Amino acid sequence: MAGRRDPGRAAILEAIRGALGRAALSADGAGELDARLRRHPAGLIPAQGKPKAEARLAQFQAKAEAVACTVERLAGADRVPAAVAEYLRRHNLGPELALAPEAWLEALPWDRAPMLQLRKGAASGVERVALTAAFAGVAETGTLVTLSGPSHPTTLNFLPEHHLVALKASQVVGAYEEVWAALRKAGKGRRPALPRALNMITGPSRTGDIELEIQLGAHGPRALHVLLIDDEGGDGGQA
Amino acid sequence: MSSHAEPLAFKANARRALADRDLDTALGRMTSGLVPNRARAVAALPEFEALRDRARELKDHVLVNLDHYLERFETNCLASGGQVHWCPTAEDARRIVLEVCRAAGARTVTKSKSMIAEELGLNGFLEANGIRPIETDLGEYIVQLADEPPSHIIAPAVHKTKEQISELFHRHHARYGLSQRQTEPRALVAEARQVLRQKFLDADVGITGANFLIAESGSSVMVTNEGNGDLTQTLPRVHVVIASIEKVVATLEDATTILRLLSRSATGQEFSAYTTITTGSKRPEDADGPDEFHVILLDNGRSALIGSEFQDILRCIRCGACMNHCPVYRSVGGHAYGAVYVGPMGAVLSPALIGIERGLHLPNASSFCGRCESVCPMRIPLPKLMRYWRERAFDSGAAPAAERWALRAWAWAACRPRLYAQGARLAARLLRLLGGSRGRIGRLWLAGAWTATRELPAPEGRTFQERWHAERERSDG
Repeated sequence: MAGRRDPGRAAILEAIRGALGRAALSADGAGELDARLRRHPAGLIPAQGKPKAEARLAQFQAKAEAVACTVERLAGADRVPAAVAEYLRRHNLGPELALAPEAWLEALPWDRAPMLQLRKGAASGVERVALTAAFAGVAETGTLVTLSGPSHPTTLNFLPEHHLVALKASQVVGAYEEVWAALRKAGKGRRPALPRALNMITGPSRTGDIELEIQLGAHGPRALHVLLIDDEGGDGGQA
Repeated sequence: MSSHAEPLAFKANARRALADRDLDTALGRMTSGLVPNRARAVAALPEFEALRDRARELKDHVLVNLDHYLERFETNCLASGGQVHWCPTAEDARRIVLEVCRAAGARTVTKSKSMIAEELGLNGFLEANGIRPIETDLGEYIVQLADEPPSHIIAPAVHKTKEQISELFHRHHARYGLSQRQTEPRALVAEARQVLRQKFLDADVGITGANFLIAESGSSVMVTNEGNGDLTQTLPRVHVVIASIEKVVATLEDATTILRLLSRSATGQEFSAYTTITTGSKRPEDADGPDEFHVILLDNGRSALIGSEFQDILRCIRCGACMNHCPVYRSVGGHAYGAVYVGPMGAVLSPALIGIERGLHLPNASSFCGRCESVCPMRIPLPKLMRYWRERAFDSGAAPAAERWALRAWAWAACRPRLYAQGARLAARLLRLLGGSRGRIGRLWLAGAWTATRELPAPEGRTFQERWHAERERSDG
């Protein structure tokens, strides 16, 4: 069905080359293009993707709130369990929490929120609230970046009604390109270098399909709550 | 409006559309919503114009090296556990989708919005083969219930009022025990969410489109707002991406440059709620995700546009800005075009896919005001490309005989300057007489269609050439 002997493959490549009036690229020509792939030059990064260090967290928060996220600043990761319990109470969501099996989240002092009932693993559709970590936050547009993997089932991002995300201040960058650079570094030599799913999330699910009036919670979460943890020593400036 | 509108019936379709009050209300909302939203988003990004230049360069670079980048995409997709299917024609693509669905024992298939699926006529084809396709984008779901094609590439149900949607849901959702009629958008969205949630969980195969394919990693990129695309591609055992060959870009960074333009141009958002980069199938250690990841690469006439005067249309990223800003689209809506791709970008792409004989009216459905080109994030010269189609229609004999004869007669005269000047002088004087004291002509022989809906301003009596010469003599003397 697939593969290099696929007659459709030869037909399409021949049609393209015919239209371009040339044969397959020479080794030199191909090498030049492959060198660009390896170099992956950055494009033009807008000024809003390069906030000053002291403005980075405030801009992330403002941009995220502008797309209907709620953002709660916490003085330390150990405050997360109580903040989550309080969020559930405030929204009358019951005691159950789907917790992503991320080591540092699991290691939090959950005994400080004894009312919570933690469930682990992928979502099945019945969960109302999930708490996950994120790989990064992008101040340019208030975007969260999550990576699928054993510590982060993708379904937790989309099935529950409320998605809570624990994000460390040190994970907040200016532009998307900084995330790609970090991923390339982390995945160096590994193939594939990218996880199965890389999700860039900018606000809760929404639709404008009925008379162009924006409604939240079309199919994914109705609410996206960011717990922004200060791990940089108070002022939020970059270390 | 008929769900089987024909592009050759554009004039009749347009007349019907113009008489449709509900449609006019719905389309007016677009002008008052999406147009200013885009303007605000563009004004807030000083680098927008420079990004348009970069994006055009990046895509032009890919198009003249498309064979190479498609091969690299394939290599890297296979390396991450994906499968790649090369499909020269729509028929090839339909066959592959069916083979994949049958191999998965699929009975129901969830679908996220895809224009390529529309191009393939995939829903009808799957149904005819005993597989039930379920559209999950709210707008697509609405038009599927109504048995209509989408009327806009990013807002498929933009032509529907909430009263019409309320009626549709009331009629179709009773079988799920939802008998209470909902009328408010918020409640209608909640009802669709409830109905579709189970469909996501039950589906055997999920089919999505792609906004980009990334050569360096073999990934597909999908941009949505509802989260339906992510549920479609995460929950079933098999994920099929259908994408046309020109969707490929070289690197993550290149995709990023174009992503900065896409949502701002489409809806005026800085970034859509969900941008998902998918690379291969579920990894052994993953807790969820599909076991199979298939990418269908569809040509269907696109390779023939490379190197032609129409190559620029292959830069299109389907943001819909051209139609949002088009006075013709604003007046008649998408269905009147009778084609999968509508509005200005459709007027250029559709004739390439269905032939200029069938698509004859599409490049003529334009006032040539140029707004489409001025808002196109990829700087596609849409009016110029429409003119090329008009030339092709003339050359191939597809244009109507009367139009060809009139143009030929004009060309014959225009090649004879003295005769042309005399003829023009005579015509200008005659039209001035016809215009009378008001200087306007209500009905004109041979231009009845034009004067049926407006008056022709009469010339002042002298031709441009006469005035030009008089002006020259005065300034020289």
